[in-house]
Amino acid sequence: MTSADMPNTDMPNTGEAKTPMANTLDQSIAQKQHGRIAALLGNQTFWVFIAVLLACLFLSVSTDSFATTKNLYNITRNVTFVAIIALGMTVVIISGGIDLSVGSVLCLCSMVLAVTMHAGYSIEIGIAAAIGTALLVGAFNGILIAYLGFPPFVVTLGMLSVARSLAMVASNNTVVFEFGPDHDKLLALGGGAWLFGIANPVLYMLVLAILTGFVLRWTRFGRHVFAIGGNERAATLTGVPVKPIKVAVYMISALSAGIAGIVQTGWLGAVTTNIGAGMELQVIAAAVIGGADLAGGVGTALGALVGAALIEVIRNSLGLLGINAFWQGAFIGGAIILAVLFDRVRNFRQND
Amino acid sequence: MLREGEGRVPVLELANISKHFGAIQAVNDVSLSLEAGEVVGLMGDNGAGKSTLVKMIAGNFRPSHGTMRMDGADLVMHKPVEARRHGIEIVHQDLALCNNLTAAENVFLGRELRRGFGPFGILDYPAMNRRAGQIFAELKSETRPRDLVRQMSGGQRQAVAIARTRLTDAKIVLMDEPTAAISVRQIAEVLNLIRRLRDHGIAVALISHRMPDVFDVADRVIVMRRGRKVADKRIADSSPEEVTGLITGAIESA
Repeated sequence: MTSADMPNTDMPNTGEAKTPMANTLDQSIAQKQHGRIAALLGNQTFWVFIAVLLACLFLSVSTDSFATTKNLYNITRNVTFVAIIALGMTVVIISGGIDLSVGSVLCLCSMVLAVTMHAGYSIEIGIAAAIGTALLVGAFNGILIAYLGFPPFVVTLGMLSVARSLAMVASNNTVVFEFGPDHDKLLALGGGAWLFGIANPVLYMLVLAILTGFVLRWTRFGRHVFAIGGNERAATLTGVPVKPIKVAVYMISALSAGIAGIVQTGWLGAVTTNIGAGMELQVIAAAVIGGADLAGGVGTALGALVGAALIEVIRNSLGLLGINAFWQGAFIGGAIILAVLFDRVRNFRQND
Repeated sequence: MLREGEGRVPVLELANISKHFGAIQAVNDVSLSLEAGEVVGLMGDNGAGKSTLVKMIAGNFRPSHGTMRMDGADLVMHKPVEARRHGIEIVHQDLALCNNLTAAENVFLGRELRRGFGPFGILDYPAMNRRAGQIFAELKSETRPRDLVRQMSGGQRQAVAIARTRLTDAKIVLMDEPTAAISVRQIAEVLNLIRRLRDHGIAVALISHRMPDVFDVADRVIVMRRGRKVADKRIADSSPEEVTGLITGAIESA
């Protein structure tokens, strides 16, 4: 996954050879040799990853409770829901858009699943209904944005409100915790650990991350998403089917929220109408910390996971270190700003 | 520059082309032809109808009246994609490049090479880099396929945009103000790129405001004023002063 992801992250690799006129052959050769290491050192995802490792190392030494099987199991599982949606969000951000509706879509899809199964339908039908709902919401967002020219911020802000409201309507604002005949199957799906004791949600996350990384790097669709984020007009002029791709991008984002909703329902064993509230900001934070650029054209699947991991490690560590939970927001916000600061500093150097 | 007496056939012939938008007559009864291996400078003031004319050749607009013929056959296009299919390539004024992609990725944007089976094929980066490298070598440009366009000079960016036209067997390349926003040294580079295209037997239509460039590289100059063609003559038989007069209207026609 790493090798498949790395080339996408890149901002320009080196500081030299930036001024147009000075691009001589010697410099080019020098640049080639330093390219690989420089690319790594100039990579935001790499530094965030190092930060996660250092934090884990520090916590393992300074607390007894961090490096326990139970805590690591908890962390990895908690990461997944934000991380899965961050994968979809990263695709949207690369295309130059934003999706604020994901938290509400997660809630709506969970509720559709819960209500369908509660009514006595099988888990397959429940999941199909939830996925169908996600795709429908995503297509609605995408069509308004791509074909009617709505700003993504506005459409998805509207959907944030609409989707949660629909979830309340669907459930009459009650908590659903009985899922009909396939109740146990659903709980196993989300709460089990079918492979080597790794929590199921983590497995789903890894599979989805590999899939996303592959699509972004190795398919035409992936290249076109980057092209749209880099220069939408250029993409249109060169014959890239910009509008259908934009619709697909918002469907992917909603789908990732739907999948996270299904898995989370199985894990929690209950659905309330306030799950996923405010989640969109955590998800966007994870994507941005992981190196996605809100201006579009830059981002990786690996970055989404690493960003989500950093947020969860911060949250977890504050608890373990006995720091007042009220500080959480300050630390996570600081991480967002710090992560992007690296990128800024690098750009300043290059532009000089 | 034009070698006489080789019996060239026109690649593209426009006969009595007009285009109006409502009451506005943008292009009025223009006939012209482009020949293989010829660079034609298309000049005129803002609003003279140059871009409307070019957009009809590029498939963006359909002419209100008149016919276009390519290699002797009628040419009717509804979409820009069809122009490309007919061997007409356009280098847009803003070059239509994505800064966040490499040179090769930009060259192949919308026409990526894949290997593997049908719809499941994965992108073939080595082949794209190789082919883009060959094209840059043909164009004698120092552009490297794996470099990000963000890092490139104006001349190199032009080379990337022009390289796109070499992917297929283009017969006509329309260039919209390729030298408008770059340095003097890079202009020389771009004019050389245009000569390379001509050497490949491609008809190049060069839309430009810059008199020296047109007189440097073009074989023929066509001047438009207020939607009409007011001159169409060999560069050798004209002068910058005459063309300036034609553009402004000081000289009625030539």
